[in-house]
Amino acid sequence: MKNESISISNPDKGKLNSTEKFSVALIAIGLLILVLSSFNVKLNNNVYLPISLSSLLVGMVIFARQKYLNDLPGIKNNGVWFSSLSSRGIIGWTVGIILTSFYVIIYWFPSLLGLGENGNANTGLVALFDPLSLALNGKVASQWFVYGTLYTLCITGLGYKFILKYRHNRYQIIRTIVVIISQFFLAYLIPEIMEGLNSDQAYFAKDVKNMWPLNYYFFDSWHIDNMKNGGTMGMIYLVWGIVLFLFVTPIITYFVGKRWYCSFVCGCGGLAETAGDSFRHLSSKKVSAWKFERYSIHAILVFVFIMTGAVLYNYFTNTSTIFGLDTYTWLRQPYGFLIGAAFSGVIGVGFYPMLGSRVWCRFGCPLAAYMGIFQRFKSKFRITTNGGQCISCGNCSNSCEMGIDVRAYAQKGENIVRASCVGCGICSAVCPRGVLKLENADEENRINSNPISIGNNSIK
Amino acid sequence: MIHQLTKNCNNSKSIVIIGNGVAGITCARNIRKGCNAPITVISAETDHHFSRTALMYIYMGHMRYEDTKPYEDSFWKKSRINLLNRFVTHIDSAKKQISFSNGENLNYEILVLALGSKPNKFGWPGQDLKGVQGLYSYQDLQLIVENTKQVKHAVVVGGGLIGVEMAEMLKSRNISVTFLVREKNFWNIVLPAEEAKIIENHIHEHDVDLRLDTELKEIISDEKGRVKAIVTSKGDVINCEFVGLTVGVSPNIDFVKGSEINTDRGILVDEYFETNIKDIYAIGDCAQFINPINGRRPIEQVWYTGRMHGETLAHAIATCEKTVYNPGHWFNSAKFFDIEYQTYGDVPSKLPENLSSFYWEHARGQICLRIVFEKSSQKFVGLNVFGIRMRHVILDKWLTEGRTIEYVIENLSSANFDPEFFEKHEKEIRNTFNRNQFNITKGI
Repeated sequence: MKNESISISNPDKGKLNSTEKFSVALIAIGLLILVLSSFNVKLNNNVYLPISLSSLLVGMVIFARQKYLNDLPGIKNNGVWFSSLSSRGIIGWTVGIILTSFYVIIYWFPSLLGLGENGNANTGLVALFDPLSLALNGKVASQWFVYGTLYTLCITGLGYKFILKYRHNRYQIIRTIVVIISQFFLAYLIPEIMEGLNSDQAYFAKDVKNMWPLNYYFFDSWHIDNMKNGGTMGMIYLVWGIVLFLFVTPIITYFVGKRWYCSFVCGCGGLAETAGDSFRHLSSKKVSAWKFERYSIHAILVFVFIMTGAVLYNYFTNTSTIFGLDTYTWLRQPYGFLIGAAFSGVIGVGFYPMLGSRVWCRFGCPLAAYMGIFQRFKSKFRITTNGGQCISCGNCSNSCEMGIDVRAYAQKGENIVRASCVGCGICSAVCPRGVLKLENADEENRINSNPISIGNNSIK
Repeated sequence: MIHQLTKNCNNSKSIVIIGNGVAGITCARNIRKGCNAPITVISAETDHHFSRTALMYIYMGHMRYEDTKPYEDSFWKKSRINLLNRFVTHIDSAKKQISFSNGENLNYEILVLALGSKPNKFGWPGQDLKGVQGLYSYQDLQLIVENTKQVKHAVVVGGGLIGVEMAEMLKSRNISVTFLVREKNFWNIVLPAEEAKIIENHIHEHDVDLRLDTELKEIISDEKGRVKAIVTSKGDVINCEFVGLTVGVSPNIDFVKGSEINTDRGILVDEYFETNIKDIYAIGDCAQFINPINGRRPIEQVWYTGRMHGETLAHAIATCEKTVYNPGHWFNSAKFFDIEYQTYGDVPSKLPENLSSFYWEHARGQICLRIVFEKSSQKFVGLNVFGIRMRHVILDKWLTEGRTIEYVIENLSSANFDPEFFEKHEKEIRNTFNRNQFNITKGI
């Protein structure tokens, strides 16, 4: 017999009530302003930027309230595999292509968005954001300011949606509040304002949590020099960046697992958890994907160490080559292009609707790989399996954005100890039988094995 | 690991398992862990093992069929477990041969029957109309998808776990539901009245028209042979285009009846899962113990017991050591819409004379805990819990150690398995217990 999937068109949903229509209209207006300005339609930026951003935010908030507050609290996964957006249907592909194009343009063709090059004034979309950029940091906007603003807006609005969706689960609520605050203040507002207050100094990264090797240019000579020349604050950032990587991260990861970073404060993780939540089930759970993942993520970890090692060698020896090869041409530029831009941005976010929400975190992020090594071998963190209660339903594996086949462990009564687990806690949330618990506990018996399920005393 | 265990009396015997549900598959996998014998698993339901408990999630769109398979398809070849999609029609125990509907035969040396169940039907007029069905198999799932297209109102008959799951499924597709339950309290063979009340309220909250103390009398057909209404025992006529029959399941043993294998409601087995015929065993839902084990029911139709049957028989086959089925403390779990339920040990719905119970319920409802203990010794014998997750290992240990109820209350936090940051209730439970302790010690 052929086991064709039970394919059903979206059963009788899709009718929007008037409030939902209003919220969709608001989002559409917000987007329309962004699109019109991209095509250089003359708008008063001082008026239309606030209209656009607030329409988007208010629209998302109203939509989320309509979607979830009319229902009782509980798991809200009805129809995720039917909806075109979340099951690689035509809408999913369309969104994926738009996102991917956006990333390609922002990385390599920013002038298409209106970035003023060679001292020219901004036009189009980038110019639309000039008023906000001027208010925050005293400079006109760049494409990265546009990106950062929209990114923060998405995490905030869709984070609110996530909180309502999981409002029966305090772990999810607290985690998402931290995600939103980290993005809004640590990654966006504070760095922008600090930039404005220190506009006489050369740029260096001011997001206190965005550490090397996720921030791969941290040890670039220009960046080190800018920090060194940045006064006390610059030196604090330089020392903090090194201490954070070398000491703080391993210590916290030992106590709570890498989730403290990946699922609470990281911007990439933050976007995946909020905007990417609708796509989390699309990650591949195949063993072959796991094999590929172990090669790819550790290869990138090695790559970033070699690249940075070479860059630092050049910095301290005042050279530009290593073993006769030009470091920039052979290491630094390929890393920035292939990993920094193409992988983490274009594929990492653009492919959400095709490959799931954590493609970058799973297959690429060298910081995740680094913390994963601690998590796997020296940490108190694990997902505990509750004795023999698993019914193998598969909701946990289905929801795992990192593609961990959680069920494979749970149905054997084994705890889940995996380098890749980002500790989002959704497997535990969706489990209908109370089988999974993320916890930090004694290292003893962290990795366990129960060949015969608890409750069966037949076999001694 | 397999190669270390090659000295085994059953190593070359061909083992045939009929049924690829959790019992049959657990048995096959565990035999393979200890023994090199050729293993064939036969099913006419699906090519591969899937999780029956997840059928509802396919219907609701949480998962696809392929997501409900606990093992990747390549696993079976790697484990050298041969899968065969055939419908078995006959067992010839003299020739040690089974026959398939396509005319082929297959010889076995050891035969394991893990046939599962089928939904009950109790002879209602109209029970075979179009749009009337139970829910057990993958085919039932395909049928309910077909049967509920265009349906506006449905009736679900039978107040057990599958009934409430079916109500949730139908609601997920915006189909309104009337839910007929024969008993005065929901699932009262298992749940005490207070727990039943919580579930009843929750079912109402989900806009399901729950009708307790009401039975199905008749299903009425339209001119095309499809259900158009039902009549209840109270004489009410309810228009509907779909009827779900969820009044329990019984062993799926039609083709075994009339063979030399002894059957009653299920296939009769002893505590080794042996039938009256040598080298034929029965496990899972279809097995009926001649002498019920450890005071449990003669037919155990639960996921967990199917798994334990499979583990136990596999051990016997793989090691050639007779292995008596010795289940430990009872445990089970379920989810009623949004309320999670776990139970450990014995919690009878009506307490016998020698037992008493302590019951706590959260002010908001939906969260409760019942601890049952022996009046004379204060010994903890079981608990029911809604809305709090508890640690299986710890409760199993406390039951084995024969802890007192005071000990359980005092140490309740160590059994908490809720996610981090969740509201804790142990202190309130302890305070309630201490306030009531006078009554408790008197066994009132």
